[in-house]
Amino acid sequence: MQWNSVGEFFAMGGYALYVWGSFGACALLMIAEPFLASRRLSEVRRSLIRERIADELESQQRSQ
Amino acid sequence: MRQSIIQWFRFASPQSFYPLAGRMIPWFWAAAAISGIAGLWISFFVAPTDAQQGEGYRIIFVHVPASWMSMFIYLVMAFWAGIGLALNTRVSAMMAQSLAPTGALMAALSLLTGALWGKPMWGAWWVWDARLTSELILFFLYLGFMALQAAIDDPRRADKAGAILALVGVVNIPIIYFSVKWWNTLHQGSTINLTKAPSMAQTMLWGMLLMALAFWMYSIAVSLMRVRAIILERERHTEWVKHAVE
Repeated sequence: MQWNSVGEFFAMGGYALYVWGSFGACALLMIAEPFLASRRLSEVRRSLIRERIADELESQQRSQ
Repeated sequence: MRQSIIQWFRFASPQSFYPLAGRMIPWFWAAAAISGIAGLWISFFVAPTDAQQGEGYRIIFVHVPASWMSMFIYLVMAFWAGIGLALNTRVSAMMAQSLAPTGALMAALSLLTGALWGKPMWGAWWVWDARLTSELILFFLYLGFMALQAAIDDPRRADKAGAILALVGVVNIPIIYFSVKWWNTLHQGSTINLTKAPSMAQTMLWGMLLMALAFWMYSIAVSLMRVRAIILERERHTEWVKHAVE
Protein backbone atom coordinates (compact mmCIF):
# COMPACT_ATOMS: atom_id res chain seq x y z
CA MET A 1 0.00 0.00 0.00
CA GLN A 2 1.33 3.40 -0.95
CA TRP A 3 -0.61 5.63 1.46
CA ASN A 4 1.01 6.85 4.65
CA SER A 5 -2.06 8.59 6.04
CA VAL A 6 -5.77 8.99 5.46
CA GLY A 7 -5.16 12.58 4.35
CA GLU A 8 -2.72 11.44 1.72
CA PHE A 9 -5.27 8.93 0.43
CA PHE A 10 -7.94 11.59 0.02
CA ALA A 11 -5.49 14.03 -1.56
CA MET A 12 -4.73 11.48 -4.35
CA GLY A 13 -1.38 13.10 -5.06
CA GLY A 14 -3.05 16.38 -5.97
CA TYR A 15 -5.61 14.79 -8.30
CA ALA A 16 -8.37 14.61 -5.67
CA LEU A 17 -10.93 16.60 -7.69
CA TYR A 18 -10.47 14.46 -10.80
CA VAL A 19 -10.17 11.03 -9.18
CA TRP A 20 -12.94 11.51 -6.61
CA GLY A 21 -15.03 13.37 -9.17
CA SER A 22 -14.87 10.37 -11.50
CA PHE A 23 -15.54 7.72 -8.87
CA GLY A 24 -18.18 9.91 -7.26
CA ALA A 25 -20.04 10.47 -10.53
CA CYS A 26 -20.05 6.71 -11.18
CA ALA A 27 -21.27 5.94 -7.66
CA LEU A 28 -23.99 8.58 -7.86
CA LEU A 29 -25.39 7.50 -11.23
CA MET A 30 -25.03 3.79 -10.49
CA ILE A 31 -27.03 4.19 -7.28
CA ALA A 32 -29.66 6.43 -8.89
CA GLU A 33 -30.34 4.14 -11.87
CA PRO A 34 -31.36 0.96 -9.96
CA PHE A 35 -33.39 3.16 -7.61
CA LEU A 36 -35.31 4.63 -10.58
CA ALA A 37 -35.71 1.19 -12.19
CA SER A 38 -37.15 -0.33 -9.04
CA ARG A 39 -39.47 2.65 -8.57
CA ARG A 40 -40.73 2.19 -12.13
CA LEU A 41 -41.48 -1.47 -11.40
CA SER A 42 -43.27 -0.76 -8.14
CA GLU A 43 -45.28 2.02 -9.78
CA VAL A 44 -46.59 -0.25 -12.54
CA ARG A 45 -47.31 -2.99 -9.98
CA ARG A 46 -49.26 -0.55 -7.81
CA SER A 47 -51.31 0.65 -10.75
CA LEU A 48 -52.04 -2.95 -11.78
CA ILE A 49 -53.22 -3.74 -8.26
CA ARG A 50 -55.46 -0.64 -8.25
CA GLU A 51 -56.87 -1.71 -11.59
CA ARG A 52 -57.66 -5.19 -10.31
CA ILE A 53 -59.36 -3.84 -7.19
CA ALA A 54 -61.44 -1.54 -9.39
CA ASP A 55 -62.40 -4.51 -11.59
CA GLU A 56 -63.40 -6.54 -8.55
CA LEU A 57 -65.52 -3.73 -7.14
CA GLU A 58 -67.20 -3.28 -10.47
CA SER A 59 -68.06 -6.96 -10.80
CA GLN A 60 -69.39 -7.00 -7.23
CA GLN A 61 -71.66 -4.05 -7.96
CA ARG A 62 -72.88 -5.71 -11.11
CA SER A 63 -73.78 -8.91 -9.29
CA GLN A 64 -75.71 -7.06 -6.60
CA MET B 1 -33.51 -31.73 -30.35
CA ARG B 2 -36.84 -30.23 -31.26
CA GLN B 3 -37.90 -30.37 -27.64
CA SER B 4 -34.84 -28.44 -26.48
CA ILE B 5 -35.39 -25.70 -29.04
CA ILE B 6 -38.95 -25.34 -27.85
CA GLN B 7 -37.65 -25.11 -24.28
CA TRP B 8 -35.53 -22.12 -25.27
CA PHE B 9 -38.33 -20.38 -27.06
CA ARG B 10 -40.43 -20.72 -23.93
CA PHE B 11 -38.36 -17.92 -22.35
CA ALA B 12 -39.08 -15.73 -25.35
CA SER B 13 -42.55 -15.17 -23.96
CA PRO B 14 -42.93 -12.27 -21.54
CA GLN B 15 -44.96 -14.47 -19.22
CA SER B 16 -42.10 -16.87 -18.51
CA PHE B 17 -39.31 -14.32 -18.81
CA TYR B 18 -40.80 -12.03 -16.16
CA PRO B 19 -40.34 -14.47 -13.22
CA LEU B 20 -37.05 -15.80 -14.64
CA ALA B 21 -35.60 -12.26 -14.72
CA GLY B 22 -36.81 -11.75 -11.15
CA ARG B 23 -34.94 -14.84 -10.00
CA MET B 24 -31.73 -13.86 -11.82
CA ILE B 25 -31.48 -10.26 -10.56
CA PRO B 26 -30.15 -10.99 -7.03
CA TRP B 27 -27.37 -13.19 -8.45
CA PHE B 28 -26.19 -10.45 -10.78
CA TRP B 29 -26.29 -7.91 -7.95
CA ALA B 30 -24.19 -10.25 -5.81
CA ALA B 31 -21.67 -10.74 -8.61
CA ALA B 32 -21.54 -6.96 -9.19
CA ALA B 33 -20.97 -6.28 -5.49
CA ILE B 34 -18.24 -8.89 -5.05
CA SER B 35 -16.28 -7.92 -8.15
CA GLY B 36 -16.87 -4.23 -7.43
CA ILE B 37 -15.47 -4.43 -3.90
CA ALA B 38 -12.48 -6.47 -5.06
CA GLY B 39 -11.93 -4.10 -8.00
CA LEU B 40 -12.10 -0.98 -5.81
CA TRP B 41 -9.69 -2.54 -3.32
CA ILE B 42 -7.16 -3.17 -6.08
CA SER B 43 -7.83 0.25 -7.66
CA PHE B 44 -6.97 2.16 -4.51
CA PHE B 45 -4.81 -0.06 -2.33
CA VAL B 46 -2.97 -2.58 -4.46
CA ALA B 47 -2.28 -0.91 -7.81
CA PRO B 48 0.91 1.15 -7.61
CA THR B 49 1.29 4.83 -8.42
CA ASP B 50 1.82 5.43 -12.14
CA ALA B 51 5.26 6.63 -13.15
CA GLN B 52 3.93 9.31 -15.51
CA GLN B 53 0.49 10.25 -14.26
CA GLY B 54 0.91 9.81 -10.51
CA GLU B 55 -2.38 9.03 -8.76
CA GLY B 56 -4.41 10.69 -11.51
CA TYR B 57 -4.29 7.55 -13.63
CA ARG B 58 -6.66 5.79 -11.18
CA ILE B 59 -9.53 7.25 -13.19
CA ILE B 60 -8.78 4.40 -15.61
CA PHE B 61 -10.51 1.97 -13.24
CA VAL B 62 -13.88 3.55 -13.97
CA HIS B 63 -13.22 5.20 -17.33
CA VAL B 64 -12.26 2.05 -19.25
CA PRO B 65 -15.06 -0.18 -17.83
CA ALA B 66 -17.66 2.53 -18.55
CA SER B 67 -16.35 2.98 -22.09
CA TRP B 68 -16.26 -0.75 -22.79
CA MET B 69 -19.77 -1.22 -21.46
CA SER B 70 -21.09 1.73 -23.47
CA MET B 71 -19.91 0.00 -26.66
CA PHE B 72 -20.78 -3.54 -25.61
CA ILE B 73 -24.29 -2.64 -24.44
CA TYR B 74 -24.88 -0.98 -27.79
CA LEU B 75 -23.99 -4.21 -29.60
CA VAL B 76 -26.22 -6.27 -27.30
CA MET B 77 -29.04 -3.75 -27.71
CA ALA B 78 -28.73 -3.80 -31.50
CA PHE B 79 -28.60 -7.62 -31.41
CA TRP B 80 -31.86 -7.90 -29.44
CA ALA B 81 -33.47 -5.18 -31.53
CA GLY B 82 -32.46 -7.06 -34.69
CA ILE B 83 -33.77 -10.37 -33.33
CA GLY B 84 -37.01 -8.62 -32.43
CA LEU B 85 -37.25 -7.19 -35.93
CA ALA B 86 -36.49 -10.52 -37.65
CA LEU B 87 -38.43 -12.96 -35.46
CA ASN B 88 -41.05 -10.61 -34.05
CA THR B 89 -40.34 -11.77 -30.51
CA ARG B 90 -41.67 -9.35 -27.95
CA VAL B 91 -39.16 -9.95 -25.17
CA SER B 92 -36.17 -9.19 -27.44
CA ALA B 93 -37.61 -5.80 -28.34
CA MET B 94 -38.34 -5.11 -24.68
CA MET B 95 -34.79 -6.10 -23.78
CA ALA B 96 -33.41 -3.66 -26.36
CA GLN B 97 -35.63 -0.94 -24.93
CA SER B 98 -34.45 -1.76 -21.43
CA LEU B 99 -30.74 -1.69 -22.32
CA ALA B 100 -30.77 1.78 -23.91
CA PRO B 101 -30.86 3.89 -20.71
CA THR B 102 -28.07 1.81 -19.12
CA GLY B 103 -25.99 2.17 -22.28
CA ALA B 104 -26.61 5.91 -22.29
CA LEU B 105 -25.53 6.07 -18.66
CA MET B 106 -22.30 4.23 -19.46
CA ALA B 107 -21.59 6.53 -22.42
CA ALA B 108 -22.25 9.56 -20.20
CA LEU B 109 -19.91 8.19 -17.52
CA SER B 110 -17.27 7.48 -20.14
CA LEU B 111 -17.45 11.08 -21.39
CA LEU B 112 -17.58 12.55 -17.90
CA THR B 113 -14.69 10.55 -16.45
CA GLY B 114 -12.80 11.16 -19.68
CA ALA B 115 -13.23 14.92 -19.24
CA LEU B 116 -12.06 14.65 -15.64
CA TRP B 117 -9.02 12.74 -16.83
CA GLY B 118 -8.35 14.98 -19.82
CA LYS B 119 -8.25 18.19 -17.82
CA PRO B 120 -5.21 17.36 -15.64
CA MET B 121 -3.38 15.29 -18.28
CA TRP B 122 -4.04 17.16 -21.55
CA GLY B 123 -5.05 20.49 -20.08
CA ALA B 124 -8.50 20.39 -21.70
CA TRP B 125 -11.86 19.03 -20.59
CA TRP B 126 -12.80 18.32 -24.16
CA VAL B 127 -11.15 18.18 -27.58
CA TRP B 128 -12.84 17.41 -30.89
CA ASP B 129 -10.76 14.32 -31.40
CA ALA B 130 -11.92 11.17 -33.22
CA ARG B 131 -12.24 8.98 -30.12
CA LEU B 132 -14.11 11.56 -28.07
CA THR B 133 -16.37 12.67 -30.88
CA SER B 134 -17.35 9.13 -31.88
CA GLU B 135 -18.14 8.31 -28.23
CA LEU B 136 -20.30 11.45 -28.07
CA ILE B 137 -22.12 10.22 -31.18
CA LEU B 138 -22.71 6.91 -29.40
CA PHE B 139 -24.29 8.81 -26.50
CA PHE B 140 -26.55 10.64 -28.97
CA LEU B 141 -27.46 7.35 -30.68
CA TYR B 142 -28.72 5.99 -27.35
CA LEU B 143 -30.71 9.19 -26.74
CA GLY B 144 -32.04 9.07 -30.29
CA PHE B 145 -33.12 5.44 -29.89
CA MET B 146 -34.97 6.24 -26.67
CA ALA B 147 -36.55 9.40 -28.08
CA LEU B 148 -37.67 7.64 -31.26
CA GLN B 149 -39.28 4.80 -29.31
CA ALA B 150 -40.97 7.24 -26.97
CA ALA B 151 -42.30 9.31 -29.87
CA ILE B 152 -44.21 6.44 -31.53
CA ASP B 153 -47.43 5.50 -29.78
CA ASP B 154 -47.84 1.97 -31.15
CA PRO B 155 -45.18 -0.05 -29.25
CA ARG B 156 -44.73 -2.62 -32.03
CA ARG B 157 -44.04 0.09 -34.59
CA ALA B 158 -41.77 1.84 -32.10
CA ASP B 159 -39.82 -1.42 -31.77
CA LYS B 160 -39.38 -1.67 -35.53
CA ALA B 161 -38.28 1.94 -36.00
CA GLY B 162 -35.94 1.70 -33.01
CA ALA B 163 -34.44 -1.54 -34.29
CA ILE B 164 -33.55 0.00 -37.63
CA LEU B 165 -31.94 2.99 -35.94
CA ALA B 166 -30.02 0.69 -33.56
CA LEU B 167 -28.79 -1.53 -36.41
CA VAL B 168 -27.66 1.38 -38.57
CA GLY B 169 -25.88 2.89 -35.56
CA VAL B 170 -23.73 -0.24 -35.14
CA VAL B 171 -21.40 1.22 -37.77
CA ASN B 172 -20.24 3.67 -35.09
CA ILE B 173 -18.86 0.94 -32.79
CA PRO B 174 -15.84 -0.08 -34.92
CA ILE B 175 -15.26 3.63 -35.59
CA ILE B 176 -14.93 4.26 -31.85
CA TYR B 177 -12.83 1.17 -31.31
CA PHE B 178 -10.36 1.78 -34.12
CA SER B 179 -10.41 5.60 -33.94
CA VAL B 180 -7.14 5.65 -32.02
CA LYS B 181 -5.52 3.66 -34.84
CA TRP B 182 -7.12 5.28 -37.87
CA TRP B 183 -6.56 8.88 -36.88
CA ASN B 184 -3.94 10.80 -34.99
CA THR B 185 -5.67 11.50 -31.74
CA LEU B 186 -4.83 12.92 -28.38
CA HIS B 187 -6.44 9.91 -26.77
CA GLN B 188 -3.99 7.18 -25.86
CA GLY B 189 -4.05 3.86 -27.72
CA SER B 190 -5.90 0.83 -26.41
CA THR B 191 -4.56 -0.45 -23.11
CA ILE B 192 -5.57 -3.99 -23.85
CA ASN B 193 -5.52 -5.54 -27.23
CA LEU B 194 -6.13 -9.06 -28.33
CA THR B 195 -2.88 -9.56 -30.19
CA LYS B 196 -0.35 -7.84 -27.93
CA ALA B 197 0.51 -8.26 -24.27
CA PRO B 198 -1.19 -5.55 -22.19
CA SER B 199 0.94 -2.43 -21.77
CA MET B 200 0.36 -2.05 -18.06
CA ALA B 201 1.28 -3.52 -14.68
CA GLN B 202 -0.39 -6.81 -13.79
CA THR B 203 -2.16 -5.41 -10.72
CA MET B 204 -3.52 -2.45 -12.71
CA LEU B 205 -4.80 -4.85 -15.32
CA TRP B 206 -6.54 -7.02 -12.73
CA GLY B 207 -8.12 -3.99 -11.10
CA MET B 208 -9.44 -2.85 -14.46
CA LEU B 209 -10.78 -6.27 -15.40
CA LEU B 210 -12.54 -6.71 -12.06
CA MET B 211 -14.10 -3.25 -12.35
CA ALA B 212 -15.19 -4.08 -15.89
CA LEU B 213 -16.78 -7.30 -14.59
CA ALA B 214 -18.56 -5.29 -11.88
CA PHE B 215 -19.89 -2.79 -14.46
CA TRP B 216 -21.00 -5.68 -16.65
CA MET B 217 -22.88 -7.46 -13.87
CA TYR B 218 -24.39 -4.14 -12.80
CA SER B 219 -25.63 -3.50 -16.33
CA ILE B 220 -27.29 -6.92 -16.54
CA ALA B 221 -28.91 -6.55 -13.12
CA VAL B 222 -30.29 -3.08 -13.73
CA SER B 223 -31.52 -3.81 -17.25
CA LEU B 224 -33.30 -6.95 -16.00
CA MET B 225 -34.98 -4.78 -13.35
CA ARG B 226 -36.07 -2.33 -16.01
CA VAL B 227 -37.24 -5.02 -18.43
CA ARG B 228 -39.57 -6.39 -15.74
CA ALA B 229 -41.20 -2.98 -15.47
CA ILE B 230 -41.43 -2.73 -19.27
CA ILE B 231 -43.00 -6.22 -19.50
CA LEU B 232 -45.72 -5.29 -17.02
CA GLU B 233 -46.32 -1.91 -18.68
CA ARG B 234 -46.66 -3.36 -22.14
CA GLU B 235 -48.51 -6.56 -21.26
CA ARG B 236 -50.89 -4.98 -18.80
CA HIS B 237 -53.93 -5.87 -20.88
CA THR B 238 -53.13 -9.61 -20.69
CA GLU B 239 -54.64 -12.08 -18.28
CA TRP B 240 -51.32 -13.35 -16.86
CA VAL B 241 -50.19 -9.89 -15.77
CA LYS B 242 -53.38 -9.49 -13.75
CA HIS B 243 -52.38 -12.60 -11.80
CA ALA B 244 -48.65 -11.82 -11.68
CA VAL B 245 -49.12 -8.99 -9.18
CA GLU B 246 -50.49 -9.98 -5.83
